[in-house]
Amino acid sequence: MTTNAPRFWRCIPQRYNLIGTHCRSCGEYIFPPRNLCPTCRRVAELEEYRFKGTGTVITHTTIYNATEDFERQTPYDLAIIQLDEGPRVTGQIVSCPEVKIGMRVRPVFRILGKEGDRGIIYYGTKFAPLADFSYESEKSLSKK
Amino acid sequence: MVSGIVSYGVYIPNYRIRLQEIARVWGEGEDISESLQVFEKSVPDMDEDAVTIAVEAARTALMRADLDPCRIGAIYVGSESHPYAVKPTGTIVGEAICTSSDFTAADFEFACKAGTAAIQACLGLVSSNLIDLGLAIGSDVSQGAPGDMLEYTAAAGGAAFVIGRDNLVAEIEGFFSFTTDTPDFWRREGMPYPEHGGRFTGEPAYFKHIISAARGLMERLGTDPEDYDYAVFHQPNGKFPMRVATKLGFSREQIEPGLVVPFIGNTYSGSCLIGLAATLDVAKPGEKIFVTSFGSGAGSDAFSITVKHRIEDIRCRAPSVRDYIANGRYLDYAMYAKHKNKLRL
Repeated sequence: MTTNAPRFWRCIPQRYNLIGTHCRSCGEYIFPPRNLCPTCRRVAELEEYRFKGTGTVITHTTIYNATEDFERQTPYDLAIIQLDEGPRVTGQIVSCPEVKIGMRVRPVFRILGKEGDRGIIYYGTKFAPLADFSYESEKSLSKK
Repeated sequence: MVSGIVSYGVYIPNYRIRLQEIARVWGEGEDISESLQVFEKSVPDMDEDAVTIAVEAARTALMRADLDPCRIGAIYVGSESHPYAVKPTGTIVGEAICTSSDFTAADFEFACKAGTAAIQACLGLVSSNLIDLGLAIGSDVSQGAPGDMLEYTAAAGGAAFVIGRDNLVAEIEGFFSFTTDTPDFWRREGMPYPEHGGRFTGEPAYFKHIISAARGLMERLGTDPEDYDYAVFHQPNGKFPMRVATKLGFSREQIEPGLVVPFIGNTYSGSCLIGLAATLDVAKPGEKIFVTSFGSGAGSDAFSITVKHRIEDIRCRAPSVRDYIANGRYLDYAMYAKHKNKLRL
């Protein structure tokens, strides 16, 4: 069988822990990580940055007809989420009966996909409503 | 060398199914809940497995005590539903909680007591000063064949315990294990569901091993059931822990705070550890907890634990077991079958 294991392995930091990039020169936060700041270019001062993972739903849709890898999960919700540091990411919303624009979300660790029954399992970040645990302060989540 | 629990965290999936709903499908009487003393069980989401549960529990444990994950020198994950037969769960957990790469890891398997075996291994390394902190996890998405009695209780959940020497929330004063070759429950390589010996899982397995380990530890430490404020026993159903407590001389009041099986079912490797976490959620400094796990095959690990003052500082920094229990969303059997991958497409 063919495997995408090396490709997945290269993305593990960003998928598991939302590791992106911060430019100390202009203050911009970038996800997924980049080797170049699109604003500062040569004078950029880039550093690795772990995003808190909390954010706000900008827009969302429900997928009813999915590709083969995801057809068991239909219907499922997909959203564009603005992370609190600024970048927008596309992610699945789980454990949520009704997704709403403006809803606050937190990161959760889930299976993203599988290479069939024999291949590797892709793990990574999806999002769940922040309101599930009302006392789960955003401060404590940033440490999680 | 004093060692014990530095922090703890649990994870219980969001979904539940009532036992009455399972009984409706298979034509069992509704009194099955009463006879098992289990009323609903947790169900994993379609994208959750023993790894994702272990990671969530471990992240919560680190958050609760604000620990630097780079201090962790060992990650041992106990489960009977590791998603890979070859590729350790602990490697994924380590990466997901941002440890350094300087740690040892191994997956443990001993039916429902693999999590307490992981705690023992961490205690050994910590107490001998070979590592700073060890992370022991019990996590399962347990399996029960459709219509089998196991299906009524086989649930999903996990707990993570950080074991160390300093800033303890609870000191582990000693442990005692009792192990024999008893084939009461097993799953052969490549088989999707476990098999069991029916009533044979009771007296010669669960009761004999728990009672032997518990009595062995109390004899070694010179303690009696009345010396403990709380007791936690493995919870395959609601009846067995109550009955074994009575046989050993513990009361209902001692086991009630940690008795979570009526609300979430049997989380296998997570079962006893979630019960311990639920007890730590309410225990006061100075109180003593007696814990005995059971794993089919068969063996039991008994622990004597004393709660320390630090519990008051960190307890409220993360969700309690009762918070997770209160957060359930109910499925019917059709959705449950989809969640558990019981439908063939």
